[in-house]
Amino acid sequence: MRHIISLLMENEAGALSRVAGLFSARGYNIESLTVAPTEDATLSRMTIVTVGSEDVIEQITKQLNKLVDVIKVMDLTEGRHIERELMLVKVKAVGLGRDEMKRTADIFRGRIIDVTDATYTIELTGTGSKLDAFLEAIDPAFIIETVRTGASGIGRGERSLKV
Amino acid sequence: MEATGAEIVVRCLAEEGVEFVFGYPGGAVLNIYDEIFKQNKFKHVLVRHEQAAVHAADAYARSTGRVGVALVTSGPGVTNAVTGIATAYMDSIPIVVVTGQVPTPAIGLDAFQEVDTVGITRPCVKHNFLVKDVKDLAVTMKKAFIIAATGRPGPVVVDVPKDVTAHTTEFEYPATVEIRSYNPVAKGHSGQLKRAVQMLLEAERPMIYAGGGVVLGNASEQLVELTRLLGFPITNTLMGLGGYPATDRQNLGMLGMHGTYEANMAMQHCDVLLAVGARFDDRVIGNPAHFAREQRRIIHIDIDPSSISKRVKVDVPIVGDVQSVLTEMLTLLKLAKEKPDAAALNTWWTQIELWRSKNCLNYNRNSPIIKPQYVVEKLWEVTKGDAFITSDVGQHQMWAAQYYKFDKPRRWINSGGLGTMGVGLPYAMGVQLAHPHAQVACITGESSIQMCIQELSTCKQYRIPVKIVTLNNRYMGMVRQWQEFFYGSRYAESYMESLPDFVKLAEAYGHVGMRIDKPEDVEAALKEAFSPALKERLVFMDFQTDQTENVFPMVEGGKGLSEMILAEEL
Repeated sequence: MRHIISLLMENEAGALSRVAGLFSARGYNIESLTVAPTEDATLSRMTIVTVGSEDVIEQITKQLNKLVDVIKVMDLTEGRHIERELMLVKVKAVGLGRDEMKRTADIFRGRIIDVTDATYTIELTGTGSKLDAFLEAIDPAFIIETVRTGASGIGRGERSLKV
Repeated sequence: MEATGAEIVVRCLAEEGVEFVFGYPGGAVLNIYDEIFKQNKFKHVLVRHEQAAVHAADAYARSTGRVGVALVTSGPGVTNAVTGIATAYMDSIPIVVVTGQVPTPAIGLDAFQEVDTVGITRPCVKHNFLVKDVKDLAVTMKKAFIIAATGRPGPVVVDVPKDVTAHTTEFEYPATVEIRSYNPVAKGHSGQLKRAVQMLLEAERPMIYAGGGVVLGNASEQLVELTRLLGFPITNTLMGLGGYPATDRQNLGMLGMHGTYEANMAMQHCDVLLAVGARFDDRVIGNPAHFAREQRRIIHIDIDPSSISKRVKVDVPIVGDVQSVLTEMLTLLKLAKEKPDAAALNTWWTQIELWRSKNCLNYNRNSPIIKPQYVVEKLWEVTKGDAFITSDVGQHQMWAAQYYKFDKPRRWINSGGLGTMGVGLPYAMGVQLAHPHAQVACITGESSIQMCIQELSTCKQYRIPVKIVTLNNRYMGMVRQWQEFFYGSRYAESYMESLPDFVKLAEAYGHVGMRIDKPEDVEAALKEAFSPALKERLVFMDFQTDQTENVFPMVEGGKGLSEMILAEEL
């Protein structure tokens, strides 16, 4: 099962390597990992998307909690939550395809944020599967480059991850 | 008062009440060594290799329960120390290792004797720090001691760049430090405790399985009281030996790959299992699928939540300090109206005694060649079961665990998790320094002892009178045993050729050497080694033992716990 694990940790040098090292040392999967400081600059918030059986996910959360720098861990997928990912796609936009590309971007509520006479750069946000769907909707031959941030997530309603 | 970083390191160690610092100097730690020279609060012990410094600090911690301290220089000092750190990590031993680092402006520039210490040690420490500002040094040292000693203990590395040891700041050692991200659980959940007690009282075929957590958590007294109150059988893991007296009838001996027949059978066939400070290690329960074939309910007490349901699913997890949880359990048991089911227990004990009557640790006591088991048994007799025993890793380690009956905790010092050959002698040094009047013996093999043999020199310098009991079978015995069983007796590279004359070697280092060839000389040699005449001397006993002897019982890798090979079956 795919799980989104959010955690708060001390914003210190090497903190990321402790988490990444834990995943590689114990053979856990990382689908994506994003990290940035929070409104409190002493804290970093990390979102890890991982795949594993319930036993493995239980071990992952326990092992993360065990890291001395980690303050709180939450499995977002255990409750209602919102997931978003940002993708930038540079595509060929020439001839008839130029209008078609614009239309497809509109359908996915993408924004064109850079334009040349031969390319568009499209910004898209959504769940991972929405971004996947966009890439499937356009002709792969038109894709020059893609970059994705990996998922970020937050609990719905009152559910929150705070110190 | 202003102090340099080097002074701060030394004064923090003194404030922590450190008795011994095991170390080896080098460029990056020279400022610290200069401050060590000027103080008399603790003693520095100069080892001959950094690995031994960490092992000795580790053994100091294992035998006293206090935090052990090692000090090494940057680069190769650190890489040599890594084996020691990983050894302590696998067995959850509280040590603080202070490592020198190149000056901060040089970090990352491939400076002379630079390694990424925090990176290299990260997977084998409980936590580590790189101190880039002298103002953080005292607080970091305090944090290191707190983290090492509390919760599930473990090694902590503090990496101190050379310029930081020269910079000055106001020094005040904090009495304590709040670490918001670090709050180990102490007390067990009361609801779970009640469920556990109920389950124990309902048991028909109960079993207690106690591990190293009992020793580390100083819970031996509570474990003994609980076990006697319940009248249940108990087994100790390799790391838990001494946590419950080995000579007590309720103790079925060690379990696991080389555990006793009765312990493994009772473990497999019990209906309620109380696991205390143990982690269902692969060497302990064998194949988990086979173990799960028998229905049983499991209660698991451990300080580390990640140890629970890691390899074996448990029914009642209790996260908490073992001593505190057992104390609460005792209170509940004494208050309970029900008593354990005496009739069921009686039937269970009859079955256990039947298993015990197999006498699985029997061996040929009339052999004309020295049997290694015999040496360990005689050592137990000569030391009246009251010695500190360190061991290396291999067959001799298992024989020591099987035949030296430990009645007290912290007397059995060995590398259980990592299985590090070479620990025996430095372990014995750390133990003997911590307990100067105690009998300390290192049970080793001719292969293991050579991995840290240089420490005979340290023993000479500090007059450390440990007794080395070498079970010399001219083979890496455990490797040979596996090759015999699983590789068609093709003994690839397991024969120890070109051995030194250990008697002469011991003498070259200023110690006493003995070579013992015959069974009838074993006892006399041990008595002499432990006699008042040699009390102040290191004695190296080279016992020429049976080359073909194997460790039994044995559970092959991947096999079930009750599928043992017994000596009598061969």
